[in-house]
Amino acid sequence: MSFFKKLKDKFAGNPEAEESTEKYKEGLTKTRTGFTSKINDLVAKYRKVDEDFFEELEDILLQADVGFDTVMELMDQLRYEVQRKNVKDTSTVQSVISEKLVEIYQAGEEEINELKFADDLTVILFVGVNGVGKTTTIAKLAHRLKNEGKSVLLAAGDTFRAGAIEQLDIWGQRVGVDVIKQSEGSDPAAVMYDAVRAAKSRGVDVLICDTAGRLQNKVNLMNELEKVYRVISREIPGAPHEVLLALDATTGQNALVQAQMFKEATDVTGIVLTKLDGTAKGGIVLAIRSKLNIPVKFVGLGEQMDDLQPFDPQKYVYGLFAEGLDKEEETENAEADK
Amino acid sequence: MAFEGLSERLQGTIQRIKGKGKVSEADVKEMMREVRFALIEADVNLKVVKEFVKKVSERAVGVDVMQSLTPGQQVVKIVKDELTTLMGGEQSKIEFSAKQPTVIMMVGLQGAGKTTTTGKLASLLRKKHNRKPLMVAADVYRPAAIQQLETIGKQLSLPVFSKGTDISPVEIARQAIEYAKQEHMDTVLIDTAGRLHVDENLMQELKDIRALKEPDEIFLVVDAMTGQDAVNVAQSFNEALGITGVVLTKLDGDTRGGAALSIRSVTEKPIKFVGMGEKMDALEAFYPERMASRILGMGDMLSLIEKAQSNVDEEKARELEEKFRTSSFTFDDFLDQMTQVKQMGPLDEILKMLPGANKIKGLENAKVDESQMGRVEAIIRSMTKQEKITPEIINSNRRKRIAKGSGTSIQDVNRLLKQFEDMKKMMKQMSGMNQKGKKKMSMPGLDSLFK
Repeated sequence: MSFFKKLKDKFAGNPEAEESTEKYKEGLTKTRTGFTSKINDLVAKYRKVDEDFFEELEDILLQADVGFDTVMELMDQLRYEVQRKNVKDTSTVQSVISEKLVEIYQAGEEEINELKFADDLTVILFVGVNGVGKTTTIAKLAHRLKNEGKSVLLAAGDTFRAGAIEQLDIWGQRVGVDVIKQSEGSDPAAVMYDAVRAAKSRGVDVLICDTAGRLQNKVNLMNELEKVYRVISREIPGAPHEVLLALDATTGQNALVQAQMFKEATDVTGIVLTKLDGTAKGGIVLAIRSKLNIPVKFVGLGEQMDDLQPFDPQKYVYGLFAEGLDKEEETENAEADK
Repeated sequence: MAFEGLSERLQGTIQRIKGKGKVSEADVKEMMREVRFALIEADVNLKVVKEFVKKVSERAVGVDVMQSLTPGQQVVKIVKDELTTLMGGEQSKIEFSAKQPTVIMMVGLQGAGKTTTTGKLASLLRKKHNRKPLMVAADVYRPAAIQQLETIGKQLSLPVFSKGTDISPVEIARQAIEYAKQEHMDTVLIDTAGRLHVDENLMQELKDIRALKEPDEIFLVVDAMTGQDAVNVAQSFNEALGITGVVLTKLDGDTRGGAALSIRSVTEKPIKFVGMGEKMDALEAFYPERMASRILGMGDMLSLIEKAQSNVDEEKARELEEKFRTSSFTFDDFLDQMTQVKQMGPLDEILKMLPGANKIKGLENAKVDESQMGRVEAIIRSMTKQEKITPEIINSNRRKRIAKGSGTSIQDVNRLLKQFEDMKKMMKQMSGMNQKGKKKMSMPGLDSLFK
């Protein structure tokens, strides 16, 4: 049985898993046409696995923002695998590639992709550069947690950008959760203090904190973020339980620097990769996975409320190669009919 | 984690070919490998990289090493020159219509910074071009996008045309242009909704807005941190709408900004402005040469020099030099110079512009503490006139008074006095050594203040 078939069988029979697998398939349409189809073309073009084949594969990966070092490592591993398994046929390589991808995505502990919840109040802090979609992601996450039966409170910690508080407020109304806010230009740490107090007294399950977008090289703004973090952890020992870094999937190699700098300032526990449906690349996830030890916890696969999905490497790779799998099935069925 | 610049990358290869008469084809090939690495790490699109490398290789083969004592630098120069040409050579100006009003459309992906850039551009047009801009809130989809533009309008005291979220963006734009005509406002800036470029509906909406009155400029707003995808974004917007120029945002970050090169070479449309900060006046003209240096990781010396020139008073510099030499440097001069350094902008940004700054270990994490400078200033300002000129008279009673007056501790005062003494000593030595030397604007010992 092929690798893809195994993947598909794993999701079959579980309606919930199937539904979210569909979401992955849909959200990754662009990536499939941009990235996977190129690999398919490559496999079709070369029958034999040789240096030219590897060189072209290298180019495809580089074009997907995977980044130089990671591509080089990946290529070395692939060459080794191909030699070890004595693969001559290019179509088998595809399966080797996807296995390798799952391996990289899965490196480390398995359960780590899930959010960590405290027994009483869980605080989730969102950080990231400007314009990556923090506020929208918070709304989607609030919606998700609410559907899971948790009570949620939001904190409007972006007191800098014009209209940011209103934006979160409107989302709060749409999702049906309260928003703790102060006026524009007030101290974000003070907003957090208020929010934590309010969350405690109301006895909510989850407090999600928005912060202003900031470029990671602005020392003063990063200091401000550290202060926000400190204020929260002073009020509740062990909080924030999750610090989620929102990363735009279209970002290039700078995403690595972002992840590292934000981790230094706030001890980032996970990444939310936004706008994945808008890019044909998204290879930066691979680079982050292999270079930094921060798990991807959620991916944004569309503009709908339920398009924020927990990251699942197997579903992701399945979404990437879904078409190949369908074709494989067709040929198998055709053969069976004969 | 900052990436190595091209110059550093080339060091190894250059070491080996030193002493050779000519750069051979094999040498060039090896150097071009490094060029390729550097460009890909800067997020330049791979196709663009390949074409570029091919072109540069042709020029670099046979460069006379004897003529240029530094063949590596020669190659870097060729790369940089070609990069500059590729990015448009000269900077490009904004087009205004002869018939009022000039219409400027702002388009781009979600989160690129359209609304903020609309505000910055309106402010720049008023200040530098003496225009009367009207900003139009045509993003009816993103929650609070209209409030955002209205708030920006209030901050800038510039009018914003908004009709809420119930009217179609096309209708809002139509009414806005009419309104501008009536009120004699000569420039209309339309802030449109962000989109993922897959979205056909929203793209059609942009075409409909464009059809109202052919815009004089359609600016594509692009995040400078965009990766390999930048080409596709620019291409699809250009094909659908025919953009006239590009605004690159968030360039005040530490990205190399290779997207600029990709976009330029694919669309052949000029990059007109760059966003350099969160403040409303932080929109600057685009300089191809500076961008070339940045992509190659060579530092932005030109910007630094310009900053220094526009902020440092020549006259004062000469006076200061005189004082260095005669050792009549006082705390007043010290304060003066500190103010000048401060005027150049946040210190960590100045540091960033230095070539090779990303190579210095630990500098990327060096947090320049500007409050420390504030403390030093407070201490000096708490001294009497006499104390500033002859700090030798500062005894323990005076120290106590100064510490109290500046809200610092006696240790802080002591440290500053010690540093000042050291500085003066160093200056004496330096000016002794360097009588005929060039004018120096450096401030010896300044760095020790931040430790």
